[in-house]
Amino acid sequence: MTSLFEEVPRAEDDAVPVRTVSVTVNGERRTVKVEPRLLLAHMIRHGLKLTGTHTGCDTSNCGACTVLLDGRPVKSCTMLAVQADGHEVTTVEGLAGQSELHPVQEGFKDEHGLQCGFCTPGMMLTAKALLDENPDPTEDEVRWALSGNLCRCTGYQNIVKSVLWAARKQRAAAGETGAGE
Amino acid sequence: MTALDEIKIGGLGASRRRVEDNRFIRGKGNYVDDIVLPGMLHMEILRSPVAHARIVSVDTSKAWAIPGVRLVLTGEMMAKRNLAWMPTLSYDTQAVLATDKVRFQGQEVACVIADDPYIAKDACEAIVVEYETLPVVVNPEQALAADAPLIRDDKENQHDNVVFDWEVGDAAGTDRAFAQADLVSKIDLHYPRSHPSPIECCGSIADFDRSTSKLTVYMTTQAPHIIRAAVSLVAELPEHMIRIVSPDIGGGFGNKVPVYPGYVMSILASILLERPVKWIEDKTGNLISTGFGRDVYLRGEMALRKDGRILGVRMHTVSDHGAFFADAQPSKFKIGLMHSAFAAYDIPAAHLLARGVYTNKAPGGVAYRCSFRVTEAMFFQERMVQAAADDLGMDQAEFRRVNFVRDDDFPHRTAFGFLTDSGQYGKCLDVGLEAIGYADFQERKKEAAARGRLLGIGISTMTEPLGAGNSREYDILGIKMFDSAELRVHMTGKALLRTGAKTQGQGHETTWAQIVAHELGLPAEDVVVEEGDTDTAPFGMGTYASRSTPVAGAAVAMVARKIRAKARKLAAHLLEVSEEDVEWELGRFYVRSAPNRGVTIQECAAAAYSNMPDGMEPGLENVAYYDPPNLTWPFACYIATVEVDPQTGVWDVLNFVAVDDCGVRINPMIVEGQIMGGLTEAYAMASMQFITYDAEGNCVGSNYMDYLLPTAWETPGFELHEVVTPCPHHPIGAKGIGECATVGGPAAFVNAVMDALKGFGVRNIDMPMLPDRVHEAITTGRDVSGHPPVRQDD
Repeated sequence: MTSLFEEVPRAEDDAVPVRTVSVTVNGERRTVKVEPRLLLAHMIRHGLKLTGTHTGCDTSNCGACTVLLDGRPVKSCTMLAVQADGHEVTTVEGLAGQSELHPVQEGFKDEHGLQCGFCTPGMMLTAKALLDENPDPTEDEVRWALSGNLCRCTGYQNIVKSVLWAARKQRAAAGETGAGE
Repeated sequence: MTALDEIKIGGLGASRRRVEDNRFIRGKGNYVDDIVLPGMLHMEILRSPVAHARIVSVDTSKAWAIPGVRLVLTGEMMAKRNLAWMPTLSYDTQAVLATDKVRFQGQEVACVIADDPYIAKDACEAIVVEYETLPVVVNPEQALAADAPLIRDDKENQHDNVVFDWEVGDAAGTDRAFAQADLVSKIDLHYPRSHPSPIECCGSIADFDRSTSKLTVYMTTQAPHIIRAAVSLVAELPEHMIRIVSPDIGGGFGNKVPVYPGYVMSILASILLERPVKWIEDKTGNLISTGFGRDVYLRGEMALRKDGRILGVRMHTVSDHGAFFADAQPSKFKIGLMHSAFAAYDIPAAHLLARGVYTNKAPGGVAYRCSFRVTEAMFFQERMVQAAADDLGMDQAEFRRVNFVRDDDFPHRTAFGFLTDSGQYGKCLDVGLEAIGYADFQERKKEAAARGRLLGIGISTMTEPLGAGNSREYDILGIKMFDSAELRVHMTGKALLRTGAKTQGQGHETTWAQIVAHELGLPAEDVVVEEGDTDTAPFGMGTYASRSTPVAGAAVAMVARKIRAKARKLAAHLLEVSEEDVEWELGRFYVRSAPNRGVTIQECAAAAYSNMPDGMEPGLENVAYYDPPNLTWPFACYIATVEVDPQTGVWDVLNFVAVDDCGVRINPMIVEGQIMGGLTEAYAMASMQFITYDAEGNCVGSNYMDYLLPTAWETPGFELHEVVTPCPHHPIGAKGIGECATVGGPAAFVNAVMDALKGFGVRNIDMPMLPDRVHEAITTGRDVSGHPPVRQDD
């Protein structure tokens, strides 16, 4: 197989088992060969070169590595890449549309919901999953939904505001297009 | 034509949305682990599982045998290159890789460089190290015992575990004050060891190019120029052949100031292998081996007069520095700015005795979101103040007011010798008391008590020294603590600004441009800000200790003024009048006698490249180095109300009011973000966040399951207020703000809980005020100490 990382090609080694993984990442089907022990976070970051997904704690506590698996937030540092085979993965790079930002992204900028930016991708994906399920959350519901994602800079108050901002914007947009909530 | 609207161009006072967010919200940040270089190898560190042991043998043969392993480094190999030890920022030495013995759990013992990090980790596990364990020391009492094992037997003339003894203040004058006292109040505290714990751990990519002899290091550092100087001095590489690049940083809080062994090993490995070597620390490595904060025992006495005036203060501190005295602090004072305590109060005499000790714990004390030791100083101060008010039977707000330095007393020389210059302490307190509903609180407390509920209110008021510093008293490795800014205005009036600071979330890319907008009238969006690359940025001392705005921010204003001075000459030339006849308003020069005749700053910029007067040097760029005349002294008043459940010891924050006076606010939105973040870390320390050790020296708190950080669910809401007293010596009147809330916040929470427990005869519960500790205090009526070794139920 090739190395975990393309930059350093390694000779095929029969002792190292290989699995083929097919995932749809941000709408694009990707097929990669991986060692069975490779973490999903590392496949996304190093194999697929999508470095917006960060790894912070290795123990699934901080949530910096959060991605959406079939629309639900998962911590990609504690999931094997092979477990994602056949599934859809959304990373921060897949949040924005062709021409415009996702309301959650706009909300984080407008309400100063980030400082160093390291936890932000995971926070935004968790927030998106919440709003997909609950378009009109209370502050407590937002705080509970985000409680698996740690932030050391903001104190969360502005993150909560950012998510509520995005919820309002989404509902307004849904109202304009005539779609019900 | 009139002056520009400053808010519209994003100048001072504009809550301008952040420029850096555009990449962060798209996942396009560029953190060190995102950087990939051709041919890059990966490094992992093998750490000691024990806290104190002699190394009998290190067998790396099995590691070398694993395919993909390129290099295995041990202490012995480092020693052959004279690199097994490195100097610390506090004039001690620290092991890069252990040779003789390990002195704390997590100490670096060997490292592996391999084709990918999985292989490197496998190889680390294949290294066999034989240890002969030694008795372990986990607190100062053990360290100072007569039969204590000598931790630093590597040092000549070190016969005990004392790092330093140091004192400051007036011992005789303080004795006299105590002799005159009506009452002496005492308190005994431990400020627990904590870890800044940014979500991103430390890391580096060293890239030595043999063909050019140039070493480039991408690394998580808050101070790239200091690192360049340190690498040059330690590794004896020529400074112009070293380039340190600090890319986006996922939070610093002081953790990313020191030089860590991992950086050094990655550099050596790259030089040996002539390939880029990446080291990305894991969370456990970060928590158990890199710069912690606090871990100080504080004992104090306050001499009081019956009318509530403080006559004098005695402080005695014992600080636990771990195995190596690697404090990252720039002051000439051994215990940092501990003696900034009580600066807000008018106290005639004070004396501080400080002792530092070695223990078998991680080294590298850092200023965790504070100027060095200011957090401990202010916590001690405000706990002492509350105890004194209680002993006097005086209202805690009134006691503070009686002893505050008055508005017309500035400049004021503190009992420990600092010079404070401005503030409206009483006004800040009034705003806070009004906002929290202080007048009605005792009534609410009584009502709640009738229903079996315990309410408490806690105040913390403090001024702290931020912005190291003036070059007389502050330096790192002898380099004075100035900072710098370089501004290039292009011919179209667009500009590039570079500073010697390094943002880690503070928003420099946004706020520095606002200072330029304020000084030159260039729209902030026309100014690009770059930091962190030593090949391009002017020499500066980096970002920590809330020094960016006080020092680098001042340099930005000063360089913009240099640009404006030259632009004035260009304006005079364009307007065909003498320079004395030219007036400035934001964005424009005009003729004094004919205000309609004017030229914009952009027209002046164009002229600098296309139509300068005879004899004038072309171009419009300059650099400023700024050495501040003094520290800045922001003031804060934090007030918390809490409810304690006597059945469980759980306490909840009912309300929290913060009144901050940080002088002129460049970007109010960002200032408020800093305050809320700081308050959350204050809440964290008061409620759950601490690093402790068991009797064997095992670090309890080596991952986020044991080291608790508050989430969005636990974190209370904060109500923010402001008072503005401009700094008299800062070019735009600003003071530091990044750390005030972390420094002043903890005492508000603790004082509130202690206020709620007033009827139980308890004077102190050490932080964090875990429910079991609060419950124990309630049920036993005794103080609860929290120093290590950890208790089974914590």
